[in-house]
Amino acid sequence: MSTLSPEPVKPLLDGSLKNENEKKREIVRVSGLKKSFGSLEVLKGIDLSVREGEVVVIVGPSGTGKSTLLRCINLLTEPDAGHVWVDGAEITARGADVNKIRAKTGMVFQEFNLFNHLTALNNVAIGLKVVKKIPEEEARRRAMEELERVGLSSKASSYPAELSGGQKQRVAIARALAMDPRVMLFDEPTSALDPELIGEVLEVMKKLASEGMTMLVVSHEMGFAKEVADRIVFMEGGLIVEEGPPDVMFSAPKKARTKEFLGKIGAIHGGTVVA
Amino acid sequence: MEKVALVMRELPFILGGVGTTVQLAVIALAMGFVIGLPLALMEVYGSRGVRWVVSTYGTLFRSVPLLVLIFIFYFIVAKVAELSNFSAAALAMGLRSAAYQSEIFRGAIQSVGTGQMTAARSLGMTRFQAIRHVVLPQALRLAIPGWGNEAAVVLKDTSFAYAIGVAELMRRAEYASARTYEPFAIFTGCAAVYFLMTFGLTRLLTRVESAYRVRT
Repeated sequence: MSTLSPEPVKPLLDGSLKNENEKKREIVRVSGLKKSFGSLEVLKGIDLSVREGEVVVIVGPSGTGKSTLLRCINLLTEPDAGHVWVDGAEITARGADVNKIRAKTGMVFQEFNLFNHLTALNNVAIGLKVVKKIPEEEARRRAMEELERVGLSSKASSYPAELSGGQKQRVAIARALAMDPRVMLFDEPTSALDPELIGEVLEVMKKLASEGMTMLVVSHEMGFAKEVADRIVFMEGGLIVEEGPPDVMFSAPKKARTKEFLGKIGAIHGGTVVA
Repeated sequence: MEKVALVMRELPFILGGVGTTVQLAVIALAMGFVIGLPLALMEVYGSRGVRWVVSTYGTLFRSVPLLVLIFIFYFIVAKVAELSNFSAAALAMGLRSAAYQSEIFRGAIQSVGTGQMTAARSLGMTRFQAIRHVVLPQALRLAIPGWGNEAAVVLKDTSFAYAIGVAELMRRAEYASARTYEPFAIFTGCAAVYFLMTFGLTRLLTRVESAYRVRT
């Protein structure tokens, strides 16, 4: 940073350094998150941070609060305590523009939840039209691009009832992507699918990951987790028990419980590795 | 054959009431829709207090016989507000239909899965946008069979307006019957006219239903 030698290269270097930091910035931050349903405390204080481009897979027994955690991140479920930031904006802040911050997250549901009265194309276009106020023609053009991205442009005029489960889920992914989210939240995206349809959905998710999308995935697909995840988070009883890179988590976890759970689940769900 | 000839002779006079009958039914159904749909939304999405008000309204209007309602509106409301007997009947029937239609729409809204609302909100839609663009388009389609049933009931119940002297189909049939001393023939003819109208309406709504059906 010598002021005596102002080479033209310097600012360029600074710029790229700054870019590097930009890439690694925090997209999701959760701190001290708690949520109870009646007398049942589902989340008992969760701290989690997801950086840009990171793929984090959350695993754990059912009823552990994994889905609730995801739904608290875009405030579809209101937490009782704690804070959530999405792309630097605190969604849990009093007076926060929740709809606007929520639009920075894309969510994919176990049950697809496609809009039954709309074609695949309009399922993708409706958010652009209603939320982003993009004119009809432009919205349809962009929706078509998103359908191409998930390999379903040929099904643009089909209604959800005419699609297979895997196709529905891919349309649902396209619908979420169309909103240009900073992070994609996947809530057991393949759990409701017939085994032979899981692959096509995981394929799309892997493609997304390779394109640098920040992803938070609740899933039992251990093949996917091993291959794509940067980090695995093991949750149980409303708490994060352990987290780490997949190779460490699978081969040398610190906690006995992590080993036991991942061992069991790997035996059942590990087979679905997609080439 | 003589009876048939008599009915045919009186028919033009009786059919002169069809316009009034249809007007009454259309106004009552339209009023029921305009009031009933917001009531349904309030009952599903409203606060506890709002829900209480709506359900009390529904209970009241569904518990009083239509004829009593028509009399109340004719002898009390219409006298105070200086309304015609037609308006009194239309008002009574419209408010009553609103109570029934709100139940039809409430059921339809509730049978659109909650996942639809969740997915719409996850895209960043406000609650209002989600209702307007995702829930209602599906709920209104689901409501068509129930609504068609209500429409058929309202169409035939316009005959109650005869009691306060509205010159609709039934009133005119009553005149014709008194004039000819042939109640059986006249009211059989009158029934046939109601049947044809209701049949036509039901067929029409069945077509609308299949044109807009959403497969799930």
